[in-house]
Amino acid sequence: MFDNVWLIPLFPLIGFLINGFFGKKIKNEAVIGGIGTLMIFLSFIVSCGILMQMIGLPAEQRVFEKVVFPWIHSGNLKVDMAFLLDPLSCVMIMVVTGVGTLIHLYSIGYMHGEEGFYRFFAYLNLFCMSMLLLVLGNNMLVMFIGWEGVGLCSYLLIGYYFHKKSAGDAAKKAFVMNRVGDFGFLIGMFTLFWWFGSNHNIWTINFTEIKAASHLLPYGGVVTVATLCFFLGATGKSAQLPLYTWLPDAMEGPTPVSALIHAATMVTAGVYMIGRMSFVFIKSPETMMVVAVIGAATAIFAATIGTAQNDIKRVLAYSTVSQLGFMFLAMGVGAFTAGIFHLMTHAFFKACLFLGSGSVIHSMHHALHHAHSHDDAQDMRNMGGLKSAMPITFITFLVSTIAIAGIPGFSGFFSKDEILWQAFSNPFHGQLNMVLWGVGAIAACFTAFYMFRLVFMTFFGECRITPKAKGHLHESPLVITIPLMVLGLLAVVGGYIGLPKLIGDMLGGIPNYFEHWLEPVFAQAHEYSTQYAHAGGHHSHSLEWGLMGLSVVIALIGITIAFTLYIKNTELPGKFTATFPALHRAVYNKWYMDELYDFAIVNPCKALGRFLWKGFDVVVIDGIVNGVANVVLGFSGIFRFIQSGLIGNYAWSMAFGVVVILGYYVFK
Amino acid sequence: MSIPILSILVFLPLAGCLLLLPAWNCRRLARPIALVVALTELTLALWLYASWKGLAVNPFPQGFLLLEDAPWIPAFGIRYTLALDGISLLMIMLTAIVFCVGLAVSWDSIKERTSLFLSMMLVMEAGIMGVFLALDLALFYLFWEMMLIPMFFLIGIWGHGRRLYSTLKFFLFTMSGSLLMLLAIIALHLLYAQQTGVSSFQLQELLKVQLPLETQLWLYAAFFLAFAIKFPLFPLHTWLPDAHTDAPTAGSVILAGLLLKTGSYALIRFGYPLFPQAAQMMTPLFYSLALIGIFYASLVAFAQQDMKRLIAYSSIGHMGYVAIGIAAWQPVALSGAIIQMANHGVTTAALFCMVGMLDERAHTREIAAFGGLWGKLPLWSFFFLLFAVTAMGVPGLNNFVGEFLILAGTIKSSPLVAVLAFCGIVFPLIYMVRLVQEVVFQKERQPLSLNDLNPREIGILAILALLDIWMGIHPAPLLEMLHVPVQLLTGGTP
Repeated sequence: MFDNVWLIPLFPLIGFLINGFFGKKIKNEAVIGGIGTLMIFLSFIVSCGILMQMIGLPAEQRVFEKVVFPWIHSGNLKVDMAFLLDPLSCVMIMVVTGVGTLIHLYSIGYMHGEEGFYRFFAYLNLFCMSMLLLVLGNNMLVMFIGWEGVGLCSYLLIGYYFHKKSAGDAAKKAFVMNRVGDFGFLIGMFTLFWWFGSNHNIWTINFTEIKAASHLLPYGGVVTVATLCFFLGATGKSAQLPLYTWLPDAMEGPTPVSALIHAATMVTAGVYMIGRMSFVFIKSPETMMVVAVIGAATAIFAATIGTAQNDIKRVLAYSTVSQLGFMFLAMGVGAFTAGIFHLMTHAFFKACLFLGSGSVIHSMHHALHHAHSHDDAQDMRNMGGLKSAMPITFITFLVSTIAIAGIPGFSGFFSKDEILWQAFSNPFHGQLNMVLWGVGAIAACFTAFYMFRLVFMTFFGECRITPKAKGHLHESPLVITIPLMVLGLLAVVGGYIGLPKLIGDMLGGIPNYFEHWLEPVFAQAHEYSTQYAHAGGHHSHSLEWGLMGLSVVIALIGITIAFTLYIKNTELPGKFTATFPALHRAVYNKWYMDELYDFAIVNPCKALGRFLWKGFDVVVIDGIVNGVANVVLGFSGIFRFIQSGLIGNYAWSMAFGVVVILGYYVFK
Repeated sequence: MSIPILSILVFLPLAGCLLLLPAWNCRRLARPIALVVALTELTLALWLYASWKGLAVNPFPQGFLLLEDAPWIPAFGIRYTLALDGISLLMIMLTAIVFCVGLAVSWDSIKERTSLFLSMMLVMEAGIMGVFLALDLALFYLFWEMMLIPMFFLIGIWGHGRRLYSTLKFFLFTMSGSLLMLLAIIALHLLYAQQTGVSSFQLQELLKVQLPLETQLWLYAAFFLAFAIKFPLFPLHTWLPDAHTDAPTAGSVILAGLLLKTGSYALIRFGYPLFPQAAQMMTPLFYSLALIGIFYASLVAFAQQDMKRLIAYSSIGHMGYVAIGIAAWQPVALSGAIIQMANHGVTTAALFCMVGMLDERAHTREIAAFGGLWGKLPLWSFFFLLFAVTAMGVPGLNNFVGEFLILAGTIKSSPLVAVLAFCGIVFPLIYMVRLVQEVVFQKERQPLSLNDLNPREIGILAILALLDIWMGIHPAPLLEMLHVPVQLLTGGTP
């Protein structure tokens, strides 16, 4: 099965080619959607086969590399198109193809009747191929193909409704900000490449080879430079401070795109990348600290903005940014397994939330359309009381909300609690640990608050759309609700493969399967970390229990506030905004980050471009040139008789001139 | 090999001009003749490519695969020396392809003086082939001028807008550069004669001249200026946007696809080997001009309203990367620069073709006139998107391979330059995305009734697109071809 790994990205590529070139002629939505879904499902089957085979192997043999063909060979630089299978890439391909299949299926229903249906599925397949290349690449450059490829597909899919200017602008923004990060990725890659090459004559950008040679890397120094560059790449792709502003705007794309690309897969690429290179990152304590701080800062920053948004998808977008912050926090405190675990559980519950919001929007749109109302179908202020009309959507949505809020027993609790505990107890950051934990805990409180605010505003209370439209509200068809149910189920049970040791012991020694599974991948990093980590890390069980309890209490506080504000005393939020108008404006306007970017970067660049062209190119350089030319033209007027316009004459006079000059030099 | 294939490559297009004479007034006959000649050239070039591994590597001149050498003007020691190595082979293939594209794309659009146009094209092809093959500097200079004059007429006769101004500007710029180069060639020749008592213009001979550093600097400066104008490097670039904007489509395709490459090619072939210390000393200047060019051209491209002008400025920016790759003078970066010359040639030629096709339909190239073409011209939009994405340097497509290698090599020799140049890779994305956004996507701004691409145009673009993809996914054979000459040039062992 391992040998067939190249099939995994190949199937979606075939789907892309079929739908891209013939989709327009096929026309039949069932066939187009069927092909798209089938292709990614086939990849899922192959991935399952690979997972099964890998489970059957002893832990130390779970690494496999497959070279498909040589790609760029120049001088010392030898890069092959090659894939790497190990427990980490296995987790990723399972998430990408599994969640991917469900979202493809969902899209058949959601995108029904859209103009360019085939285009959507072609892009979606192309995206899956790129994402699979990203997670399967055995060297940084193949990863980078995927890295840029997903950026491109994201651009195409955000801009899917290309007639809308806002969609186009959002797509552009996403692409450009991603590219800013990519620049960091490339520099990081080259720094490592030349460092190994010139110092140890090891010329490679291959992950396994770098891992094998990673003991040669110093702590800090060049590694800090390289990893900070890589991390810049991660902030672009995974929407962290300061490059996060594209993600909320990316909600202009169709909802399945938000679920697949901007929640479950692409935006987690940065987290995956750090995991893949954990043995390099761990060697720079400085970078680890930066990653942890940026992660925590993003988690709380985005969470605050999430509390004041009224667009259902925007709330989820900020939530995604915030949850990604949690994952980076985990990476930064050396809890790689916890980070990847949260990546996986987040993929389940956030995909479910996005798809659920899509189901709501779908229904709202339908109802408003029938009532000839022009209200915004995504604005939560127009919703309310949808739970009776859409029971399946409501239940799956609620389950996922509980999961993300961190209520015990649901998947999000296990992963998020693990991250908070590691932030508190890790042996790397000393006094900073308390701050990291505190910020994380407050962000978790905000998360519970804004998610339940969303649920209460959408599904509870009075229905705020016109009675005429209300009658048209209905549950979505099965093709939409089946993926919701599957993902909702995973949002509940997905966490049990990674039970914290504390709980596992209590339940009679259930091991943390997930941690064991990823152990060989991160073993190297943990070994390096012991070199400089101070001997902390021995915390009592009672402390761990206490913090776990505290994080549950925090989540409950968030939920209670949401309940008070949006169910019990619905006039309170209005009063609050009236009392603190400036604060509300700032939060509602996303702390004016977009305006800041426009002011500091975008507008100056535009103005400079115009100036250089009109001011410098045309006036200065051409001024000089034309001045010279005019003098020449003046002379040429005198010699006009030479300018006969016949090529022969020109050629002859030139040849003559050459001969004269040559003659002068030779015979002088 | 007994067949003088290099001479055939150079002189076949000229023979094609003679073939055109009987059909001078018959457009229907003249066009196929010219195309057949161009296709024959392409076949020869591909045949060379298919068989280059079987060719023995010549001991003299080192690293070359084929050599055709005969005395020409013995009085001055001028020889007729044509030679082929991996670098020139890549350039020959590019030339052959771009000319086929140039002829095919102007199949219908050149309606006046068609035969004159075709013969100009063929003369230019002969000249460019010669430039890429000549190893005798006098011969090289002859070809160098030979490709210039037809372009002058191409813009002057079949161009649009301020074509006379543009063509004159182009001519003056390039002419002044090449005159300086001519002086330097002659001076070099004389110095050689002084030192050895023999007169020669042959590169391999002239390499033996011992030059004091000061002389080297002066001579190199003259060469550099001529090549920098062709590149074009900032601030010698202003002829390019004008020439492109006013040139007919075929003119733009050849200008961007080939003429710009002659400058970089000549710098690699003659400039650096002849004046190594001087080149070394001028590297900081070269780097700075290239870097300024990248940022400057990109920013200006961002402000353009005319599609063709935007692509012209983007060309300056992309060639800045080639310049950086050469300035690094390091095997990986140099391979990257050479492969990037081919990549840029294909991609930019395609973009100019596409703008030309749009211009023929809508009679305007203003970005503001379009919008929402995806709905109206799906095929055109598809290809445009593909080529724009290529120009942005997305991996898996060819431009990425070149940029990647250039930066991979440069970061070794001068990290600061490489990092600055890396910053620059954001720009092509910004202005190309803007272009795509405003032309292909969004709502249509003016009701235009346009027909989508016809089979001829699809054929041209499909071939270029396949080349882009093929060179992006599987550049290994081309890189292998460049390996020996690049190693020899940079002083390594092949």
